[in-house]
Amino acid sequence: MTAASQQPAITATGLTKKFGDFTAVDAITFSVAQGEVFGFLGANGAGKTTAIKMLIGLSHPTAGSATVAGFDIATQREQVKENIGYMSQKFSLYEDLSVLQNINFYGGIYGLSRRQIKDKSAEIIERLQLEAHATKVVGSLPLGWKQRLAFAVAGVHDPQIIFMDEPTGGVDPVTRRRFWEMIYAAAEVGTTIFVTTHYMDEAEYCNRISIMVAGKIAALGSPRQLKDDYEAASMDEVFLKLVRD
Amino acid sequence: MQRLLFIIQKEFIQIFRNKGMLPLITVVPIVQLIVLSFAASNEVKDVNLAIVDLDHSQYARELVHKIEVADRFILVDFPPATRHGDERLQDGTVDIVLTIPPDFEQDFFKNKGAAVQLLVNAINGQQATVGAAYLSTIVRDFNQEIQQDVLPVRRLAAGAPRIEIASSNWFNEELNYQYFMAPGIMGELVTILVMLLTAMNIVRERELGTIEQINVTPIKKWQFILGKMIPFLIVGLILLTVGLTAGKLIFDVPFRGSLWVIFAYCLVNLAAVLGLGLFISNISDTQQQALLTTFFFVIIFILLSGLFTPIESMPTWAQYLTVPNPIAHFVHVMRSVLLKGSTFGDVLYNFKVTAVLVVVFNVLAVSSYRKVV
Repeated sequence: MTAASQQPAITATGLTKKFGDFTAVDAITFSVAQGEVFGFLGANGAGKTTAIKMLIGLSHPTAGSATVAGFDIATQREQVKENIGYMSQKFSLYEDLSVLQNINFYGGIYGLSRRQIKDKSAEIIERLQLEAHATKVVGSLPLGWKQRLAFAVAGVHDPQIIFMDEPTGGVDPVTRRRFWEMIYAAAEVGTTIFVTTHYMDEAEYCNRISIMVAGKIAALGSPRQLKDDYEAASMDEVFLKLVRD
Repeated sequence: MQRLLFIIQKEFIQIFRNKGMLPLITVVPIVQLIVLSFAASNEVKDVNLAIVDLDHSQYARELVHKIEVADRFILVDFPPATRHGDERLQDGTVDIVLTIPPDFEQDFFKNKGAAVQLLVNAINGQQATVGAAYLSTIVRDFNQEIQQDVLPVRRLAAGAPRIEIASSNWFNEELNYQYFMAPGIMGELVTILVMLLTAMNIVRERELGTIEQINVTPIKKWQFILGKMIPFLIVGLILLTVGLTAGKLIFDVPFRGSLWVIFAYCLVNLAAVLGLGLFISNISDTQQQALLTTFFFVIIFILLSGLFTPIESMPTWAQYLTVPNPIAHFVHVMRSVLLKGSTFGDVLYNFKVTAVLVVVFNVLAVSSYRKVV
């Protein structure tokens, strides 16, 4: 490991977000190493999306601090944005643009040159085996393909970290599996993955996971560690034990 | 700069992929121009009239005949009594009741004067006042004619000098109503359509969730706003070109002034309207909300634009409201440049006010667009 990769990809210290009297995220502290696949779990309304929005610069923290890719999320928001990719819960490519036009647009606004965009497009089309669909509008593709394309587009500018907010909602287990293969491939080349999910089988794929309950991080560790700590056979059980308490 | 070009490119692809868009900026404006220019007329024709003739004299018959030949009126009834005339007015089948009293002719000869009565249904203000004015003119003309008849009897009166008014209509000699309406409607159409398209734009991205994706990119606010504006600016200019061409071909609207002034003003006007549209889009959560907010502005803008009712006849406070109204300025510039041949210097005031609107609306647009909540 080089010296640079010793620096964590994400650190959060006492990160808090309040909406009026309601504390959505309550002083969470954690760090994610470079190249790690970090699962961010929690029940609906536990504050996962709010936390992720603070990290990617869509929301101001009420208190606490965090760094992403070495930049402060409060003061260096633009540098943070240049170094991250994001795939939201809602499918967010332009459905009325073709596959190539979407890659071209996002490549363009991330400041890639025409040449880089061309190379990147060819690479993504090949990787996703979309040769026959490259000029079709994205809206006509099946959901599983759209999601894999969205992931590829989120990484079009080779960001250090890719954030994903429930990326695999609504697709079958086979498609989810193929999606995770893409995630692993990205992690292998050093991209840090920060992913929120509902699916406990997906949690098992992560290097480390944190489980949020009512705005706080209730547990943090590798899937194996957590299962041992809570004397559970599966992540499902760990999750249920935590959420019931 | 390069990022800006990518946004513009993307907007254009989206605009022209939308199947409804091409007819919206070609066929729709032409149809509206034709329909509105013919239909939105202030001319009063076909006023329903009832005449209660209680005199049945020679002069009474002549007056009725004079009214009959004027093409403004439809004589719907000759009620035998005043009471019946009132009833027709009540049930709305006539707009004006003209009552010729008994002894009309006799009074004229004996008492040097006679009176007729006009009862006007003033619910439709325009029809009533203008109709009554036409009718008064006819009666006055008739009066002059019969004065001639009694000339030998009243030499003195007839010899008195009279003032004749000879009027001439400048800039629109034949009072061609389409000349008057078409340029104004073009200005209004361009403004409304562009404002609506822009207002729906950002909020649509918000509804689809793509705005969130944009917000996590390092794109600058001004790049995003400008990237949204430029394509619609071009759409607006195309729209104006289509409108002017249609106006020339269909109505032969005179182009007395410079088209450069028209296009230059259109550009400034659109920059203001686009800012307002984007501001509405930014403060709306749904397309429906954006649409309703736009309607609110559009209705006020149109009614206070001087397009259908002259600004000069509005109350003073309402006249002030026409100052920050882009449509009012556009209508004025279109009419005065096309019909009067006004130069850039003549409409400089409109340029200046609109330029202020450009700054105000765009500051609102940029400041209301938030990448971070």
